[in-house]
Amino acid sequence: MKIKAVTAIAAALIATSAFADEDAELVINGEIEIVTKTAAPAHLSDAMDEILSGWRFRSEGTQAMQMDDFDNPGMSAVDAAAEAWDTVEGSEGKSCASCHGAAEDSMAGVRAVYPKWNDAAEEVRTLAMQINDCRENKMGADKYGYTSGDMAAMEALITLQSRGMPVNVAIDGPVQATWEAGKELYYTRTGQLDLSCANCHEDNYGNMIRADHLSQGQINGFPVYRLKNTKLNTVHDRFKGCVRDTRAETFKPGGAEFIALELYVASRGNGLSVEGP
Amino acid sequence: MADGVKPRVKAPKKAAAGEVVTIKCLISHKMESGQRKDSDGNKIPRSIINRFTCDFNGASVIDVAMEAAISTNPYFQFEATVPEAGEFKFTWYDDDGSVYEDTKKVAIG
Repeated sequence: MKIKAVTAIAAALIATSAFADEDAELVINGEIEIVTKTAAPAHLSDAMDEILSGWRFRSEGTQAMQMDDFDNPGMSAVDAAAEAWDTVEGSEGKSCASCHGAAEDSMAGVRAVYPKWNDAAEEVRTLAMQINDCRENKMGADKYGYTSGDMAAMEALITLQSRGMPVNVAIDGPVQATWEAGKELYYTRTGQLDLSCANCHEDNYGNMIRADHLSQGQINGFPVYRLKNTKLNTVHDRFKGCVRDTRAETFKPGGAEFIALELYVASRGNGLSVEGP
Repeated sequence: MADGVKPRVKAPKKAAAGEVVTIKCLISHKMESGQRKDSDGNKIPRSIINRFTCDFNGASVIDVAMEAAISTNPYFQFEATVPEAGEFKFTWYDDDGSVYEDTKKVAIG
């Protein structure tokens, strides 16, 4: 018991020195108010009451970087993607802009509802799959690598247009089977360490796993710039990293397992604002 | 010109006469140091921004000589006194001879 008390004090000390004010609110550029804490969606009511954006788990310095687009290193990728948006590529002589016009208008609200069901293809599509479908079938261009820098940048550009809007992915209807599969995966232990997503991100968020401060693993801020590898990271990249850290063979980014997991994890953030990049 | 170079500057549009303002400048640039080797073992030639300057109405505000150990996407933040309405001019000099420029007007008020 005594040891436990000491640990608790140590944890409290760390919490005050390394982590930011828990009541801080995220306002970007002094104008875009971001919901980083809200009531959990109905399907999570058994597991938790409140959902928290990953931003709340970062140190003050890192938080500040996201509060100003000039300081946000992810924005240089957005600039690059804005150029790619207007660049004609492929056999059809089209750019993204040829069909979609200005990203600011056509892409507003898109990120908030992805992954979603595609009627024509009869599959659950992630944003990355949709981008590649456009590139391959509409533009006649080469597909981007699923977790490549070009893809992350394009996702960031599209995500930016929904910033501040609530995440609202559908979990019923045609996507339900996929959503259930994702949920199954979320609670399935993997690897030599025998950990499921839930062990860290549902049961232990807020605690330290060695030097890492565990968040709820929300993906409303993806694609996210990580100081660790100084680039934008896609959701599937991060899933892969987490599964690898359980010492398991990982699933393939862009594969059926991660698509299902992305849908499920995204739905756990229904109600938080889209934050990325 | 190196690929994907884009200067960005954040400066206030308005300032009081004599006010000290904060200016942030960032240029996306790979800043290849010249120390690295490619997969065949050949040296990758140095390609960096070697000088950055800022002028206000022709008067020098800052003049920075940059060397090979500076990281990618160099970012400068500095303070400048605005004595009168005018224009900040920012210039980056690339090893390959390219010059990138940006300007920001500041009004008094």
